[in-house]
Amino acid sequence: MPEKVLMKGNEALAEAAIMAGCRHFFGYPITPQTELAAHMSKRMPKVGGVYLQAESEVAAVNMVLGASAAGVRAMTSSSSPGISLKSEGLSYLAGSDLPALIVNVQRAGPGLGGIQPSQADYWQATRASGHGDFKMLVFAPSTVQEMIDLVADAFSLGDEYRMPAMILSDGLLGQMMEPVVMDDTKRTEVPERPWAVSGHGNKREHNIVNSLYIDPPNLEAILKERYEKYERIKEKEQRCEEYRTDDAEIVLVAYGASARISRSAVDAARKEGIKAGLIRPITLWPYPEKAISSRMATAKAFLCVEMSTGQMVDDVRLIVNGKRPVSFYGRTGGMIPTPAEVLNEIKKMNGGI
Amino acid sequence: MNMNLLLAGFGGQGILFTGKVVAYAGMLDGKEISWLPSYGPEMRGGTANCSVCVSDSPIGSPLVTAPDVLIAMNLPSLEKFESAVVPNGLIMVDSSIVDEKVKRNDVRAVYLPATRLAADSGLKGMANMVMAGRLYKETDFCSDASFKEGIKKSVPARKQELLDKNLAAVEIGLKSGE
Amino acid sequence: MKFQRPHALTDIQFHYCPGCSHGIVHRLVAEAIDELGVEGNTTGVASVGCSVFAYNYFNCDMVQSPHGRAQAVATGIKRARPGNVVFTYQGDGDLAAIGTAETVHAATRGENITVIFINNAIYGMTGGQMAPTTLPGQVTQTTPYGRNVKEAGHPIRVCEMLSTLSGVALAERVSVDSVKNVKAAKKAIKKAFEYQVEGKGYTIIEVLSSCPTNWGLSMQDSLVWIRENMMSYYPLGVYRDIGAEEGKE
Repeated sequence: MPEKVLMKGNEALAEAAIMAGCRHFFGYPITPQTELAAHMSKRMPKVGGVYLQAESEVAAVNMVLGASAAGVRAMTSSSSPGISLKSEGLSYLAGSDLPALIVNVQRAGPGLGGIQPSQADYWQATRASGHGDFKMLVFAPSTVQEMIDLVADAFSLGDEYRMPAMILSDGLLGQMMEPVVMDDTKRTEVPERPWAVSGHGNKREHNIVNSLYIDPPNLEAILKERYEKYERIKEKEQRCEEYRTDDAEIVLVAYGASARISRSAVDAARKEGIKAGLIRPITLWPYPEKAISSRMATAKAFLCVEMSTGQMVDDVRLIVNGKRPVSFYGRTGGMIPTPAEVLNEIKKMNGGI
Repeated sequence: MNMNLLLAGFGGQGILFTGKVVAYAGMLDGKEISWLPSYGPEMRGGTANCSVCVSDSPIGSPLVTAPDVLIAMNLPSLEKFESAVVPNGLIMVDSSIVDEKVKRNDVRAVYLPATRLAADSGLKGMANMVMAGRLYKETDFCSDASFKEGIKKSVPARKQELLDKNLAAVEIGLKSGE
Repeated sequence: MKFQRPHALTDIQFHYCPGCSHGIVHRLVAEAIDELGVEGNTTGVASVGCSVFAYNYFNCDMVQSPHGRAQAVATGIKRARPGNVVFTYQGDGDLAAIGTAETVHAATRGENITVIFINNAIYGMTGGQMAPTTLPGQVTQTTPYGRNVKEAGHPIRVCEMLSTLSGVALAERVSVDSVKNVKAAKKAIKKAFEYQVEGKGYTIIEVLSSCPTNWGLSMQDSLVWIRENMMSYYPLGVYRDIGAEEGKE
């Protein structure tokens, strides 16, 4: 068992990507993801990899597109305003059926917003990452260890389903240090990519990586096929962690940094005799619909906690579909909710049941 | 054991490093720990602070808003965070930099002229580690072996020549107040 | 002598308008690939514009890039496969308007790729709007009274601009308006690919090209228009050639 070390979320994620076989990183400086790119610039030359500081976020994501098309594991990272710039590339990656890892260390928006932690890019990650009908795999770590562990999953599922994957982190997880174990026995192999444009070597027909289908019936057929794949993913890949939900009457739903705070609030509520529990989505797309649906057996009410004005709560409401009350508590603009604030909300709801 | 520590001072006083020492020591002691720096526009000499949680159970928010222990290495830090400290908490002040006293009566205050003590021993710039030594003495947050090992782990390999100085500064803190 | 299709071109029929230069330039690129024997390890990047379907026409592996991003995509491919030959095929809107940043930075990095730049002074695909290379006074759909440089700015001379950058190994402007010039264009394109194979750095060949459809001219008059209007603003020639500079030393 490798020993525990203390690592910053951003650096841990970067190192995990190298461990997962990624040798191509293209980025552009932005707070609070800075350490991730800096770590890559330090490490990539030592492992025979490529670190390239692009002229823009737009260029960086398109370099990822090129590298992925050429058959290697490639990634980029940014923070919220930079992800907006990458949205063009995300759409093209999805439309070209290319795997790639995109990391968003979220900060507050809109516009330049602020640089403190936020979760206000949920809609962007799960709904509106770019133009057109498409989805990305979206993973939401809530510890530095998970910043590591989810990287390999994002790469390998992205490869398996030939689609871009995002790790939706935030400034809190990116900047904090926690003890972690870098277990390289979990290293995943980079699979063969017979579709790659790596040169046909005069041995096969030429490969084309493309998102243009000028004939509408043809494009519709391709989109339908892609959406059938998305349905399979929704069936197979939903992931979440449940905490004290067995008999929970008040079920909190929170991801990432908010989930850490909500977990403390659940413990505090339990101490006061309130049957509270937490569902923590680990995949934001596909969303853990099954877990939330089945929790309706005991739940009298749901409480969504986010560092936004309320985005993921939409998904909870869609699943609960009016059968239970769904409340929301959030702080935004770089403010971080405290366990006491969340406990207060739980108590309010408990009084109201 | 549960300690929520907030360290605050000027950039360049080793605030983040001290937090890292505490975090490493806690980790080596088998505790759950988290370390979170304040971050913002880079400014030399600006204020810096750092949240460290050391606990027997998993850590929720790594952001310390109600510290059990506040280490204030300058006046703005004391003024900003004094009111946030929990009742019966501990406030440690570098009294060679901060002239003011803690105003609250429901907390314990320790005044240590760490900057001067460090300078007097030829350890200029190591007031942070003097404070770390005293923190250990006041809170006993981990074992002695873990504390020393935590310091070793925190000093980067390429700066090992600084390790002895760090340990010497810690000794000053440990012996202070006697 | 038997006139044959180069191997590096597929046998799919081009969709280009009669008199358009794309067909000629495609052929020149394919001939260069054939002559260097690099088809098997070449990846081409098609851009957005009339040549968007170039991925169907070249027999090597191909990627279709977002508008303006061809050189960023090519950078990604080249960094992933440094031993491969990578080229982009871009029009003036793609390269010198929406993709200016990608162009300048690929050039200044000395990205070891070859850029085939089709300058026909107009947007073809979208039906004849002003391009960054549209000449002063030139009438287009979006400069119906002629390009007024006081409002619409001046056309960009891409080779001249890029020739100041140290990463550029070869920047040459050619034309395909005459047999003589087509031969010279072929030579330049092949040289660019050779430089890439030799690892010399960024190479760009700007080709003055015709667009009879959007210029509203006959095929013959289009060629005259290139000579009489474009060549004075965009003089043919070599703007940077580190190979020649090395030769002088």
